[in-house]
Amino acid sequence: MIAQSFQYESPRTIGDAVSMLDKYGEEAKILSGGHSLIPMMKLRFASPEYLIDINGIPGLSYIKEENGVVKIGALTREADLEHADYLRQHFPIFKDVTKLIADPQVRNMGTIGGNLAHGDAANDHPAVMLALRATVVATGPGGERTIPIDEFFFGFYQTALQHNEILTSIEFPVPPQGSGSAYHKLERKVGDYATAGVAVQLTLDVNGVCTHAGIGLTNVNATPLRAERSEKALLGKPVTEASIAEAARYASEDCNPSSDLRGSEEYKRAMVAVLVKRMINKAIERAR
Amino acid sequence: MNKTIVVTVNGTSHTLDVEPRLLLVHMIRELLNLTGTHIGCDTSSCGACTILLDGKSVKSCTILAVQANGRSVSTIEGVSPEGEFNSLQEGFKENHGLHCGFCTPGMIMRSTELLANNPNPTEDEIRWGISGNLCRCTGYNNIVKAIQYASAKNRGVEPASTEPQFV
Repeated sequence: MIAQSFQYESPRTIGDAVSMLDKYGEEAKILSGGHSLIPMMKLRFASPEYLIDINGIPGLSYIKEENGVVKIGALTREADLEHADYLRQHFPIFKDVTKLIADPQVRNMGTIGGNLAHGDAANDHPAVMLALRATVVATGPGGERTIPIDEFFFGFYQTALQHNEILTSIEFPVPPQGSGSAYHKLERKVGDYATAGVAVQLTLDVNGVCTHAGIGLTNVNATPLRAERSEKALLGKPVTEASIAEAARYASEDCNPSSDLRGSEEYKRAMVAVLVKRMINKAIERAR
Repeated sequence: MNKTIVVTVNGTSHTLDVEPRLLLVHMIRELLNLTGTHIGCDTSSCGACTILLDGKSVKSCTILAVQANGRSVSTIEGVSPEGEFNSLQEGFKENHGLHCGFCTPGMIMRSTELLANNPNPTEDEIRWGISGNLCRCTGYNNIVKAIQYASAKNRGVEPASTEPQFV
């Protein structure tokens, strides 16, 4: 399959990339890992007139912790996230999620920035970022701006990014002691998109009371979904079987899955409940 | 508007004039006549197009030739000198790791990075490690054995016997 013709640019600085986006307008798309965009272009579902390849821009691939905030550069490959010692040690949710994204070859190219900026509710990082209460950092002609993750996803392939902005990093606060997080997605076969996916982060204080809870859902809504009622069901009290069951039930009620080849609506709702329960338990285990 | 790119393929530098939309797999197969790299699904699922780009295994059907500008590509044709087998090729031969052979170049290129990163993988790590490569013929078990064979050979250890086991 062959994409429609386009003009190709490979800027060496973010400034140049942003200028190009500004100049070419809506007809330009960013090429990052390319493993969502290029397949769409080959199928002619997308035919941008200009492709702006940002892979040659240095300084966009990093994982660091600064002043209690973890910062990940947009060009960080999924494979790097999967194998990073720092993340394995402190945020095993990244191993959980990356090992379920596609396959090893795709992970060598796919980037976390692209995974988020593509605006696809079927991608896995959005739910994780909801659970971690992350902030997107975008760079445009006016410089950098921050977008809280809850204000980032608007709909099918639509995010808060303006056409002349590039997602340059994602950051989230280091959670307090007593925190744990976990992600799992149910899939028909290895490498598939989620039938349903659930990310959970929670914090338990010294008395076992849940002081923070973040729960994000993958591919069961038009946009990545925060399970707000589920979070509230856990907060302010010790986590019990009853509160977990309540959280699971609320999530299955509040999501909006579509019946498709991955399962019926009823099945997906049921699986959301199962995964919410399992991921809460896993997060608690890791919090200890 | 064509672009001029310089790509090193199996150690040889090539200067090529390409359309930006030319896929890396088409550059390899049609401009360079290296047809060992195969197009199976053309949708990034099957891995038959797997090559190494600067040592990383990637699906060349989902990469543009222009993205390889200034970089090095390794294909199946380059894994061993003419007339010889490397340990992976020997492993696939000795363990009957192929029937039709269509997935095999991709399997070998992927396994090359797998073993480079993890010289002594467990069976589970091998199976997860080749999860991006589909085989319609073998049922994967002999492919896993082939990779274990190569891992042993690379480490200077006697590989498991390739005699059939009757249970």
